[in-house]
Amino acid sequence: MYVSPIREPLIKGEKSYQTITDEISAPIAGKPGPLWYAGITFSTLALLVGLYAMGHTVWNGIGTWGANRTINWGWGITNFVWWVGIGHAGTFISAILLLFRQKWRTSINRAAEAMTIFAVICAALFPVLHLGRPWLAFFMAPYPSTRELWINFNSPLIWDVFAISTYFTVSLLFWYIGLIPDLGTIRDRVTSKGKKAFYKFMSFGWTGSAKHWQRHESISLILAGLAAPLVLSVHSIVSMDFATSLIPGWHTTIFPPYFVSGAIFSGFAMVLTLMIITRRTLNLQQYITVNHIESMNKIIIATGSIVGVAYITELFMSWYSGNIYEQYTFLNRATGPYWWAYWIMMTCNVISPQLLWFKKLRRNLTFTFILSIFINIGMWFERFVIVVTSLHRDFLPSSWSMYYPSITEVGIFIGTFGIFFTLFLLFIRFFPVIAISEVKSVLKSSSEKFIKK
Amino acid sequence: MDNYWQSIEEYGKDPKELDRKAEFTEENHPLAEMFDKSIINAPASRRNFLKMFGFSIATATVVSSCKNSVNKAIPYLIKPEEITPGKATFYASSYMDSSDYCSILVKTREGRPIKIEGNTLSSITKGGTSAKTQASVLSLYDTERLQNPIAKGTEKSWNEIDKDIIKELNKISSDKGNIVLLTSSIYSPSTKKVIEQFRKKHNSLKVVNYDPVSASAIILANKNTFNKALIPSYYFNKAAVIVSFGADFLGTWISPIEFTRQYVQNRKLTNGEKTMSRHIHFETGMSLTGSNADKRIPIKPSDEGIILANLYNELTKITGAESFSTPESPVNIKEIANELLNNKTKSLVVSGSNNLSNQILVNAINNLLGSYGNTIDLNTPFLIKQAIDSDFNSLVQSMNEGSIDALLIYNANPVYNSFISSSFITGLEKVPLKISFASTLDETASLCDYVCPDNHYLESWNDAEPKKGFYSLMQPTIANLFNTRQFQESILTWAGNTTKYHDFIQSVWEAELFPKQEMPLFRNFWNKSLQDGIFEVQPVKASQPEFIDSFTKPAIDKLASNQNEAGFEISFYEKVSIGNGNQANNPWLQEMPDPISKIVWDNYANISPKQAKELNLKNGDVININHTIQLPIFIQPGQAYQTLSVAYGYGRTKTGKVGNKVGENVFPLPTIKEGCIQNTLLNVAVSAIGFNHPLAMTQTHHSMEGRKIVRESTLEKYLEDPKSGNEYHFEIEEESTSLYKNHPTEGHHWGMVVDLNSCIGCGNCVIACQAENNVPVVGKEEAMKNREMQWIRIDRYYNGDPENPETVFQPVMCQHCDNAPCENVCPTAATNHSSEGLNQMIYNRCVGTKYCANNCPYKVRRFNWFDYTNADAIPANTHDVAGMTVDLKRMVLNPDVTVRAKGVMEKCSMCVQRIQEKKLDAKIEGRPLKDLEIQTACMQSCPSNAIIFGDMNDKKSEVSRLMHNERNYHLLEELHVLPSVGYLTKIRNKKA
Repeated sequence: MYVSPIREPLIKGEKSYQTITDEISAPIAGKPGPLWYAGITFSTLALLVGLYAMGHTVWNGIGTWGANRTINWGWGITNFVWWVGIGHAGTFISAILLLFRQKWRTSINRAAEAMTIFAVICAALFPVLHLGRPWLAFFMAPYPSTRELWINFNSPLIWDVFAISTYFTVSLLFWYIGLIPDLGTIRDRVTSKGKKAFYKFMSFGWTGSAKHWQRHESISLILAGLAAPLVLSVHSIVSMDFATSLIPGWHTTIFPPYFVSGAIFSGFAMVLTLMIITRRTLNLQQYITVNHIESMNKIIIATGSIVGVAYITELFMSWYSGNIYEQYTFLNRATGPYWWAYWIMMTCNVISPQLLWFKKLRRNLTFTFILSIFINIGMWFERFVIVVTSLHRDFLPSSWSMYYPSITEVGIFIGTFGIFFTLFLLFIRFFPVIAISEVKSVLKSSSEKFIKK
Repeated sequence: MDNYWQSIEEYGKDPKELDRKAEFTEENHPLAEMFDKSIINAPASRRNFLKMFGFSIATATVVSSCKNSVNKAIPYLIKPEEITPGKATFYASSYMDSSDYCSILVKTREGRPIKIEGNTLSSITKGGTSAKTQASVLSLYDTERLQNPIAKGTEKSWNEIDKDIIKELNKISSDKGNIVLLTSSIYSPSTKKVIEQFRKKHNSLKVVNYDPVSASAIILANKNTFNKALIPSYYFNKAAVIVSFGADFLGTWISPIEFTRQYVQNRKLTNGEKTMSRHIHFETGMSLTGSNADKRIPIKPSDEGIILANLYNELTKITGAESFSTPESPVNIKEIANELLNNKTKSLVVSGSNNLSNQILVNAINNLLGSYGNTIDLNTPFLIKQAIDSDFNSLVQSMNEGSIDALLIYNANPVYNSFISSSFITGLEKVPLKISFASTLDETASLCDYVCPDNHYLESWNDAEPKKGFYSLMQPTIANLFNTRQFQESILTWAGNTTKYHDFIQSVWEAELFPKQEMPLFRNFWNKSLQDGIFEVQPVKASQPEFIDSFTKPAIDKLASNQNEAGFEISFYEKVSIGNGNQANNPWLQEMPDPISKIVWDNYANISPKQAKELNLKNGDVININHTIQLPIFIQPGQAYQTLSVAYGYGRTKTGKVGNKVGENVFPLPTIKEGCIQNTLLNVAVSAIGFNHPLAMTQTHHSMEGRKIVRESTLEKYLEDPKSGNEYHFEIEEESTSLYKNHPTEGHHWGMVVDLNSCIGCGNCVIACQAENNVPVVGKEEAMKNREMQWIRIDRYYNGDPENPETVFQPVMCQHCDNAPCENVCPTAATNHSSEGLNQMIYNRCVGTKYCANNCPYKVRRFNWFDYTNADAIPANTHDVAGMTVDLKRMVLNPDVTVRAKGVMEKCSMCVQRIQEKKLDAKIEGRPLKDLEIQTACMQSCPSNAIIFGDMNDKKSEVSRLMHNERNYHLLEELHVLPSVGYLTKIRNKKA
């Protein structure tokens, strides 16, 4: 088999189909190491902290958070947008990169998709929790009420409900459909009765027959087709939560593309953070190679630069608009009481990714890891800047105020990390982190050495 | 057949036409809608029987299986004559809290007083109220009120306590002992008679008047210069030039509600007026009145006398009268003297100082200006605030000497608010019989042997004569909540008089007031007076007493000899909300933002920005004053350099859960001079102690940042062009356009206009709104997080030099935008637009996304962050710092307004319940609504008539007229949210 001399192989080492199955399903068959136990303990604790904080919030009221009459959304919506943003990489990789025939996605799409789903779960908590009366969240659904009440389709929050729930459903289905062949493989490998029953149920009676493959391929294609526009629509709609308002700093037409690129930017950063750890702990270095990391870094620099241009465009437009409120808002972002948040955002999101122009840094794992954390922080601050600093000084100076997060809010944020990592750790323990069947499909064409058995 | 008719309408009509049975034909049967003819006309077969049988069973099952909530409505067995459930009844009465007076209407619902409104018939208050008046209805339901009389620490019945007290009093009288009644100034003619009755039995009785913040110096100065110890009437409406030396006449000085009406009368420009009074204000701290002045000059308290003396000299120089040598004035007063003299007989100089020499000089100046008989009237004196501070001083002395045998304390709390509180306490120990009439176990009452709790004024009969010839009646609006008894009845009982006080008042009125009018029957006179709440005798024109000149020189000499020492000086003042601290346990007042500082739940030492910088202090840093008292500082623009201002009325220790330990008590700090408590303290040592006590402020940014929020102009420019200062409005109007068609506005379109020239920023509307709309109290912690709930707020901005800025006020409530940005972002359509232009909240539908509040450019939406009202279904999560959810205090709730639960957004509804009420009244009476018939709570209570509400679709309405005034603009009108609230530009009478 001819392998292009310029392109690095996507899978390193000498692999046969058998070794791939063995290596990827090793964590499922074997016993987890102490690191996994430490991780799950830690994340479960965080989860419990979060649960307590959530209970406290629902019981005592949203007053347990730091918001006030001027800044009615604080960390809650910041976290929501941040988590939704993170939830963008998975579907981008599996759907859009599939359409662009990027073969390198096969090694990372499974984990990235899982991450997407977990991130969307975390994100979806906030719009419900930040409600004054979360038990009435169903009021936002268009159901036939005996009181003939109907929702307000003009409200971007309603669009949000649809966008997020659709995105979550399609992502979950896409991920699950992709899992079915691999679950069949695992079902055939596990020995204990309980596990067998579990995987048997989960694999939907997958036999690997040609008919099954044919159906699997066609549903995957349909879902990819559905998911691809969703990647763009979800964050566009989330951005409209802000863009359709009249608050200076929110009322901006640039928001949809700016938010989507920001989301992919942060999503890839989170994928990198997780993948760099996962490949090391699960010994998947030969599947997730430095080459993969570099490809992702290239996407990061592309989206990061778009984000940077968006920031500068915003600044320009605020000056060019001649609108005193908008001018003040942007001046206040950079020099007001929350200047530090703005400059953290600028440094992390605009300046630091530019270092990736250096190939050496692009391929440096430690650097990439640190950078990915930076971007995660920067993107969180981007949302904080948009939500809090725009609101805290709007039109009437009499109502200007400051926002300080409460311990409860911090607790919930920690709790979402708990949820995210607990789910992720369970995922790597019970499901193949890399799509076995998909990696096998590129094995012949893009591996270092393919061993025919 | 005879034509029987059942009603007059049927008379003479053809009986066939009437067709009485028609109502009950099968076609008109109530169930006809449900069953069509085929069912009704179906034969009664077995099948049809089973069908109907099955249907009935199924219906009954379905209906009965749904659990309906059980509401217990207990009807009146015998309906009281005046009470119609669901309909408010108003009673005219009088609010009297020591020397605060207001003629009021009490709104009662199902027998509960729930709201105080101003009485427009009174020519003193003219329908205005103050925040304290508005809030007093909540004090009725104060849980701290005593429920039974107390004798030596144990609750007793009135019979027992009366027996004991009468015995002791008789013993004292027979031993020729001294009985003293220590009371706040009594201006009720009947109460005075009651005391006379008591004196008949116990002729040693001496009455000592006690006002914690008195007007002694004014009374004594008039005694000197006119030989009349009184407080004269002032007519700010007749003054073209007003010069005030620290007299906060719009806020706290003598009769602020009355003076506010007078003051704005001369400053309104809505009816084509061409003139406006000019107001020059000298003061130490920034007061409500000073902030409204056309020219404000910050001075040290010790400079006031010198400036007055110089002003006197300056005037005499022009008029040619004798002048005296004085130290040089720290400010140039030449121009002021000229302005005053140019408006001779139309000028007025007042001083809030309690320094005798200062007040003598003020009288001398007013005499030179010909104010007496024009802007001041000595023949119609005020009868409130009659206390002379030295009287109390000598009482305390006698008490300490042991020469007082019985002390009756009514409406006074000297342990808390006297400047010699500690010697009063030691003196009190030496008095064998101490009786208090306090309604709570306050600082003084708790040291007394007997506490005979007085009724709340809303449970009492009384009369008042706050000003000579202006009578007013007080009537109970609810039966006694507790086993309390009116002070007057107690005194009558102890005097051996068994008359009811109500009958007693009637007899006094019959004997003294009935002859002063023309109605032939006393019963009619009484009923009319009771219904009106007031009875006024036209004053007889009389010449003003002669001015006695001889005191002027000694007064100036005294001032000249006072060496003005360098160092800090403190000026003490009363807050518009808390006043002298009587109502400190009233959470509405504690949470009312101070008109100037916008601070709630605290007192503090105001300090000038320059000084704070020098001392390196920031807001809330605690300072030690003379090593006796620690107070947080507040950097107050406009505070005179090297001075502090501190409010009285705080630091109560025994007022109750709400008011205890709020702020610090500074009543003991001032000193007495020439029989008057100087509300100042000179040569004060101040040191920072390195500790910060955070202050809760509802407004933390004080500049308009160059935005066109409050638009103002000067009188000169306004007369040239009424649009001046408002050019931007016309620019916007011209450019305003929309892609969309205007919303149709048929029928009513409610709107409001706020005249910024009339609004003095007193904050009375804030409390009126809170009372009307069941607005919760949140407490200091929440207020510090900017979570105050008041639906209307007064924005206050400063402009110019921080050492002496110009101040503007702007009441901001929901603007009821016709393009409301809040409405389109609500996912559940919980906030939407009514066909009458109101932006309305459906609390039931609100899930609390708070997006509406974010998107409101005016930030008028208020969110229930916690369960402030106990209306939440979740147990044990109530956030009620002020005990507002106990049953007793909930009696103040307005049943027409929903109490909002946790997690729900709320905001100004433009008193939709009032709109609805008046609309229904008009409908029942079959007439169109009259303009100004509907009055929102803020409008009704406004002492300056700054708020006008009405129908913008009615071209003849006042609101329509004002909306087309050249001065009218909308807040943030460039956003094209089309607010229904307009503001009229502020016009200052100053040189450009």
